[in-house]
Amino acid sequence: MNKQKFALQTALVALAVAGVSVPATADAPGAGGTQALGPETGEQVYRQICQACHMADGKGASGAGTFPALAENPRLASPVYPIIVVTRGKGGMPWFSNALSPAKVAAVITYVRTHFGNHFTTPVTEADVKKFGSPAPVIDH
Amino acid sequence: MSMKDLTPTRRQLLSAIGTSAGSVAAMQAMVALGHAAESQFTGPPTLSGARKGETVLVLGAGLAGLVAAYELTKAGYKVQVLEFQGRPGGRNWSLRGGDTYTEVGGAVQKVQFQPGNYLNPGPWRIPHHHKTLLHYCREFGVALEPFIQMNHNSYVHQTDAFDGKPMRYKEVATDFKGHVAELLSKAINVGSLDDKVSGEDKERLLEAMRAWGALDKDMAYASSLKVSGQRGYDRAPGGGVEGAPTPSQISSLSDVLDSKVWNQMGFFFNYVMQTTMFQPVGGMDMIGKAFARHVDHLITYNAKVVQIDQSATGVAVTYQDTASGATATAKADWCVCCIPATILGQIPMQVNDAMKASLKAVNYSASVKTGLEFKRRFWEEDESIYGGHSFTNQPISLISYPNYHYFKSGPAVLLGSNAGGLGGSLLAGMEPAARLEAILAQGEIIHPQYRQEFMNGVSVAWARVPWNMGGNSRWSDDARKQHYQNMVAMDGRIVLAGEHASYIGGWMEGALTSSIDAITRLHQRAQEA
Ligand SMILES: Cc1cc2nc3c(=O)[nH]c(=O)nc-3n(C[C@H](O)[C@H](O)[C@H](O)COP(=O)(O)OP(=O)(O)OC[C@H]3O[C@@H](n4cnc5c(N)ncnc54)[C@H](O)[C@@H]3O)c2cc1C
Ligand code: HEC
Repeated sequence: MNKQKFALQTALVALAVAGVSVPATADAPGAGGTQALGPETGEQVYRQICQACHMADGKGASGAGTFPALAENPRLASPVYPIIVVTRGKGGMPWFSNALSPAKVAAVITYVRTHFGNHFTTPVTEADVKKFGSPAPVIDH
Repeated sequence: MSMKDLTPTRRQLLSAIGTSAGSVAAMQAMVALGHAAESQFTGPPTLSGARKGETVLVLGAGLAGLVAAYELTKAGYKVQVLEFQGRPGGRNWSLRGGDTYTEVGGAVQKVQFQPGNYLNPGPWRIPHHHKTLLHYCREFGVALEPFIQMNHNSYVHQTDAFDGKPMRYKEVATDFKGHVAELLSKAINVGSLDDKVSGEDKERLLEAMRAWGALDKDMAYASSLKVSGQRGYDRAPGGGVEGAPTPSQISSLSDVLDSKVWNQMGFFFNYVMQTTMFQPVGGMDMIGKAFARHVDHLITYNAKVVQIDQSATGVAVTYQDTASGATATAKADWCVCCIPATILGQIPMQVNDAMKASLKAVNYSASVKTGLEFKRRFWEEDESIYGGHSFTNQPISLISYPNYHYFKSGPAVLLGSNAGGLGGSLLAGMEPAARLEAILAQGEIIHPQYRQEFMNGVSVAWARVPWNMGGNSRWSDDARKQHYQNMVAMDGRIVLAGEHASYIGGWMEGALTSSIDAITRLHQRAQEA
């Protein structure tokens, strides 16, 4: 009986899981999913995510538009603004609340605020991010 | 004779309507019966009668801007297009040997592909229901060929499944289906679903599971020639003395679950990913070029829009020549602005605050696509893979095989990455040489021939594409609710268009339908003014 019950559960779990694959509304990379990468420290998050746009030296760059410099950026003085931008996104700046835990968001903002010529030494905490940040946005269509 | 026999089938009805009353009636009837409501496209715009000398400025020569220029000119407007790049098409783009590509940050890549080979860095596939796009391809004579979306013989790879060995899709998908069918039929047979499924439906479900799952007479999923008829054989059937096939061994449920193959099975069910799909022969940019054959003379290239003003009587757009840095101002009665929100959101523009806010509310996701040229088609010659995709959970996300020039000897280009999410950011943050190395290292796990056969490659990280600075728009449900209508509403003499101003974001169809809607409203307002 136990075995049968187990089999049923497995079947239902398998079916349920089969149903939840994410709908591709835009042209999507595909269905492989990306294995969990391991950015842990603030610096790793910066190297693996942020430098794609803000560049390795934090100085930003321009094309038809601009990736703002995070280096020597007075707008980072209050942690609230970067928390909102990183969790909610802003135009060409994607939201990362789906991919990064509040602790990692805190770590990367702390890293940016204390590097690239910034000297805002009070660490940003997980609690700050939970308080001021947005939860991951939902996309159904 | 029962009532059922007297009622014509849906197909009989439709063919009767279709032959008697023409295809429009058939179409309407099909929609009424719940079929074919797959597109809002009912035909190209039929605008006419613009006031003599009335002018429109179109900003951006992507597909949204190009279709606006084409249709507005037909309607009688005098059109000027300002475009940042030196070519038409925007994201509708292909890279070929001899091209040079410079990304944000300054890294330069020279494309070294052999003649005839190309990479579509952006759009690469067209669903059969994107009727607006297909309409213009037909009108302009853009030749289309099938884009192979689903390939049962390509690989599914997860670093932590099957000891990291890539498996053929047909093997894991058949095994997944078989195990699930066996378990469901067991659950039915022990009465676990008695309170949910009636007796008759239970019988039918069991019959379905037996057929669908390729189960044996005891309702078990087991290695057999019947199962091999789906997942493939150890020795495939042949002719003559040794013609008899031998079955392959199925994988365990647990191993199959590790492969997460339901992701691929689900992917192919997506409305926008379903077959039949198409691609233009010779490269995706054939579409932008086809539009440009009609409107190229209207386009000012290398013109970077830096400011957009309007008054009660007209618009004035300031732009910079990207070579000389000289600025100039273009004026017109109306403006259709088709610049991506990533960039437009940073340009000073005289519109209401709600429209401005919408440009910051829409978000973008960016992938990294890479073209790799190899000395020969080893995926075809060694592995019988013709088109389609192999999926992996490594950052590259997939490898996709060329859908053209099958069986040809000599160099060919495949898509070595379409990395999104964190994997995309990771690769985008590397300089092109390091990026290419990472992409080869991941790809060779699936195809060990990589290193031996590799010739050259080019990668496009959409975050770093200078004129887009992002990939495709994405709207969260909340942002859509709050901001979408503010984006698409015309403000004075300015209307916005582009894939971001549609519900078909991330598709060329969205760019076209958005633009057609925008110019239709603009024309209406111009007639009233
Ligand atoms: C990786 C990727 C894969 C995709 N796959 C598919 C697919 O398979 N099928 C599909 O149908 N669609 C796909 N798409 C989506 C498709 O490419 C777009 O939806 C469509 O091409 C967008 O057209 P558009 O006219 O709105 O914008 P764009 O084509 O981006 O046009 C905007 C134009 O504005 C110009 N511009 C920018 N800034 C300025 C300025 N300051 N001044 C003047 N001009 C400026 C740009 O140079 C560009 O030419 C994909 C996109 C990407 C990025
Ligand atoms: C895909 C490109 C991209 C990536 C990746 C990216 N950003 Fe941004 N970021 C932008 C753009 C574009 C803006 C400007 C948005 C605007 O104002 O329109 C921005 C703005 C910001 C700002 C506000 C700066 C200011 O002066 O207003 C902060 C802070 C920031 N980003 C932090 C980060 C951090 C931290 C990461 C990594 C977790 C990151 N960004 C990753 C593109 C990116």
